[in-house]
Amino acid sequence: MDAQVLNYVFPNDMHPHWTLMIVLYTYLTGLVEGAFIVSALSYVFGFKSLQPIARFSLVLAFSWLVVVTVPLIIHLGQPTRAPWMLLTPNYDGPSMMAGFGYIYLIYTLVILFQILFVYRYEMVLFKATSSGIKHHIYSILTLGTNDRSKEGRQIDTKVIWLFGALGIPTASLLHGYVGFIFGGVKAVEWWFTPLMPIVFSFSAAVSGIAGVIVTYIMIKLFTKRVYEIKTETLKTLIKLLWTFFIFAFFFEMLELGVHAYSVTENWHHVKAALEGPMQWSFWTMQIKVLSIIPFFILMWLSLRTIGRIALMFWGVVVSIMLLMQVFFMRWNVVVGGQIMGKSGRGFTEYFPEWFDKEGILVAGLILIAPIVILWLLSKIFPFWESTTEGER
Amino acid sequence: MTTMNDFMRKLIVSDDTIAPKEPQYRHIEQEMIDRDRRGFIDKIMSGALGGSLMLVVPMHSELFGELLSEEPTISLDESKKKQYCFIVDVTGCIGCGACCVADRKENNVPEGQYRTWVERYVIDMLGEVYVDSPNGGEDGYSESRDDITNEIKDSYFVPKLCNMCDEPSCVQVCPVGATFKSPDGFVLVDNTHCVACSYCVQACPYGVRFINEQTKTADKCTWCYHRVRKGKEPACVAACPTGARKFGDLNDPESEVAKIYHSKALLSVLKKEQGNDPRLYYIGAGQEVI
Repeated sequence: MDAQVLNYVFPNDMHPHWTLMIVLYTYLTGLVEGAFIVSALSYVFGFKSLQPIARFSLVLAFSWLVVVTVPLIIHLGQPTRAPWMLLTPNYDGPSMMAGFGYIYLIYTLVILFQILFVYRYEMVLFKATSSGIKHHIYSILTLGTNDRSKEGRQIDTKVIWLFGALGIPTASLLHGYVGFIFGGVKAVEWWFTPLMPIVFSFSAAVSGIAGVIVTYIMIKLFTKRVYEIKTETLKTLIKLLWTFFIFAFFFEMLELGVHAYSVTENWHHVKAALEGPMQWSFWTMQIKVLSIIPFFILMWLSLRTIGRIALMFWGVVVSIMLLMQVFFMRWNVVVGGQIMGKSGRGFTEYFPEWFDKEGILVAGLILIAPIVILWLLSKIFPFWESTTEGER
Repeated sequence: MTTMNDFMRKLIVSDDTIAPKEPQYRHIEQEMIDRDRRGFIDKIMSGALGGSLMLVVPMHSELFGELLSEEPTISLDESKKKQYCFIVDVTGCIGCGACCVADRKENNVPEGQYRTWVERYVIDMLGEVYVDSPNGGEDGYSESRDDITNEIKDSYFVPKLCNMCDEPSCVQVCPVGATFKSPDGFVLVDNTHCVACSYCVQACPYGVRFINEQTKTADKCTWCYHRVRKGKEPACVAACPTGARKFGDLNDPESEVAKIYHSKALLSVLKKEQGNDPRLYYIGAGQEVI
């Protein structure tokens, strides 16, 4: 049966109900997880080479985390009722969406407290030397403590470790959970697979690490401090990126492969979609251009001795490609699942409007917002080598 | 939906079964008052406080205003319990679209959105299946398909509506409990509580859900619950000129649906493999019907 030619979808399925905003939501949660992993590798697993960017990654994760719910709320038909998600969660089902609010809140608290402890000692010092609003901000953020003792700082280190250790499973849960929101929908053949949370988790790590590399180099470039970029740090990040990408890509292909090999009735419909309306976004972009090419670039960067400038240049290029790869992957999951109509006989189309409530302009603003938030946070939490480093 | 069930049960009990308070209970109350006035007032106060808290603590779902209707469909008495079912006789449907018009009017469904629709199936001699449903079949099928070149083997109309599943995916996924299954088996949406996240729309295997453009909440066919509660049949059933849409109580041996259900008629459900146990049955629907 040639589903594409017949092209019949149920009348209520003429357009996807989950739009670009839901694509963004899955994308942003992924970025958070990946950036957090970089900081956790330093704080919890003691990766020395990642130490220079550990706290930057943590603050970066936080700046993405605060906007995660924005696209969700914009998408709701009744945004003012969003608190019901927390106040009357459906645990009888249970609804996979109902738990997200709680996991998100817990994760936000974990990251927030970790940041407060990472910066506690410095903030105590800043509080003493600053005045005006900054003084008040530091007074609030230090939660009233003025402890400068060595013992106090040793406790800080332990607490940071604890929050980092708590954060790793929470981060995996957060994004694995997002994967399960899709993976648990049996009515949509393209989503319904237990591999979905795994695919989401690994691709999240890929996007977040790529995000750290791009922002790290760009910030240093724009502040004219490229000489501060540590080659060893960059090399470690690129190796990490390659490792996580191998897993992410492997599981993506495993999912597809199992689907294809089973040759069920559903597969015929999925295959027709992948060769039809999703041909460009899936095969051309996600797989060929943005997966296979970056794989070889990363292999080259990871396994060969590369000059510092080349490492930086190709590091940024490959990271941007992978940031796009993950975006395409999210798009192909969220939108792809919906354009395959439940009639099993056809597809619908979707391309976001430019100026719609859930359109491209709003999406652009949501993606820019974390950069502004990061800039604001940099005024309170210095990212790089601290002035008090010598005292440690 | 424990909360819903409990809440409804209380309402029903208070409506049907609570007898006037017996004098001996009054006597006990009097004794309580005499023994410990202060304690009694405390209890009353805490009850009042609890009661007023109920007003601010959000409940899972509100009930329809027409709960206590002329024809109660909910009963705690198992022998009186109704078991509604819907049967569509595909062989009887002429594709006139009267059901869709009636439904839109009855339920104020916005144009371009569909609580029910009628599909036209055409199968050619090579087994190729052609399906369409222009404007949900609401305007009838006066035009034949001119894009089919092969000789036609079979052709029929299939009305679609909520499958009112026993294991509804939409209820399972609703994050706030706004979609629920009533004790009499109807899957309903409380549109005063729905956040319109569209998760239920995604989860429904039958594509019967949509986000109502006017209310900005999830909407779907209710088998005209508001009419059923008044002892009437759903609007589409009443409008069907050929009786292809049938609705009734399986526990009533005199009902048409019970007679069909217990006869040798071959009944089928849609997407059986989904495991949702629909209570919408079809007579004469080919296996190509999805």
